[in-house]
Amino acid sequence: MRGIAKSMLTTLSVFIRPPVTRFYPDVHRPLPERDRAFPLLLWDKEIDEPFCTGCHACERACPVECMTVLMKDNPNHKSVGGTSGRRKIIDKFWIDYARCMRCNICVEVCNFDAIAMNNTWAGHETSVHDRKDLVMDLQQLTTLSHNGAIKEWVPVLGKANEA
Amino acid sequence: MVTESASEFETQDLLLNVGPQHPSTHGVFRMVMQVDGEVVREVIPYIGYLHRGAEKLCETMDYRQGIGFMDRTEYLAAMNAELSYVMAVETLAELEVPERAQWIRMILVELNRLASHLMFMGAFGVDVGVFGTPFIYAWREREAVIDLFEEISGDRMMYAYLRPGGLAWDVPTNFVPRVREVLTAVRQGIADFDGLLTKNEIFIARTKGVGVISAADAIDFGMSGPSIRASGVPLDVRREEPYLKYNDINWNVITRTEGDVYARYLCRLDEMRESVKIVEQCLERLQPGAIMPEKMPRMLRTPPGEIYVRTEAPRGEFGVYLVSKGGNRPHRLKVRSACLSNLQALRHMTIGSYVADALIVLGSIDIVLSEVDR
Repeated sequence: MRGIAKSMLTTLSVFIRPPVTRFYPDVHRPLPERDRAFPLLLWDKEIDEPFCTGCHACERACPVECMTVLMKDNPNHKSVGGTSGRRKIIDKFWIDYARCMRCNICVEVCNFDAIAMNNTWAGHETSVHDRKDLVMDLQQLTTLSHNGAIKEWVPVLGKANEA
Repeated sequence: MVTESASEFETQDLLLNVGPQHPSTHGVFRMVMQVDGEVVREVIPYIGYLHRGAEKLCETMDYRQGIGFMDRTEYLAAMNAELSYVMAVETLAELEVPERAQWIRMILVELNRLASHLMFMGAFGVDVGVFGTPFIYAWREREAVIDLFEEISGDRMMYAYLRPGGLAWDVPTNFVPRVREVLTAVRQGIADFDGLLTKNEIFIARTKGVGVISAADAIDFGMSGPSIRASGVPLDVRREEPYLKYNDINWNVITRTEGDVYARYLCRLDEMRESVKIVEQCLERLQPGAIMPEKMPRMLRTPPGEIYVRTEAPRGEFGVYLVSKGGNRPHRLKVRSACLSNLQALRHMTIGSYVADALIVLGSIDIVLSEVDR
């Protein structure tokens, strides 16, 4: 009997503690900056074009082959009277969010810091009715960065924090 | 089988199918029990519903890409699974892991053990029939631990944070105070469980003397982890074959002698206290420094050879057998799953017990089906 009374006491002591739950769809938990949802392409605001040059590094490194990358000659390159230093630029880019396993390898292999993991709630709440809608194209991938809605975190690989 | 009895009716054993088998539910286990009234006469387990061919997949990709699949091999203690894998690669490639990375790794695997054991407490409570209360209590503290993992690695379950050689990136600057905060929460959670279940007469009546396995039988079945330590065998890879820094700190191997379900529960509860102690000592020893070796090749290649590395995961010995023929990917990768070995003893422990007890025994060996099926 004493054991059961002790159990009841434990439950009672929890009952008077403040709750730890949130009303989720209405109240969102603040996410840490390192949070990884799905990969996004970043937008170079100075030149007004994506950072991505379509070099296929991420596509090759992806363990689940969820990316498709096509590059083209940059119409805005300096040699043709434009402002950009990028000779090649991304033409078409698809990421299948249904296949992506969010391992962060595409971010690590990118030589231009052009891809980052979405660390906002928009990246987590991606439910759709049709699986095909989870294949994101270039426009969908760059929108968040274009609008300035994301403050991306690009990891400093293998380096210790500065003391 | 017809027996000579006073009754003129023939009795026949009933085949009882236990377990869901919808392929989209994760971690499903099916067993067919042959029951005589309420007594189990035979148990036939069916595994393989979650088979993904993770070992074979790892052979088609380089060492870094394989880490993500190791996470999914044991999703409740992904850090432990990653550790075995990266340690195998490191041993083969002869990489020296810096001091700081080793301490951080140790903190993370012990925190992961806490999260995993908390998950056990909750799920086991549900199995026993205390629906709701322990489950919610366990998830409250587990949430604190995985929130911390999210701040460090970015993901809540599939961390992909360890790398051959060290860590992918450094921990946040507020790491130490945050871990201490989490430890305070977990200590509270352990106290809650102690109060809720340990002395509870109903819980004891339900679990004591159920699913007993002797030390000799447990060894024969190749059990490991808390399931074998509850039978009185002090088998702990952290003690037998120390890796990381387990030799440098004070901690005890928890054993019980009863070998029943209640002993397995107590063993895990005490192990959580040990883990808290280990993490506290690690935090004191943590120094600033490098987290990766000085010279890391851009693409990691290993010389030809083979290696078997084992670590103590929350469910037992998690081993990785890696064969390399040179190059940047494993030639063969074999995962030694503790859950699969522990599951072998299920039949031995359940035959002759009641149907309701069989489910408690299954809960008490704390299987993760993704690790069993791989």
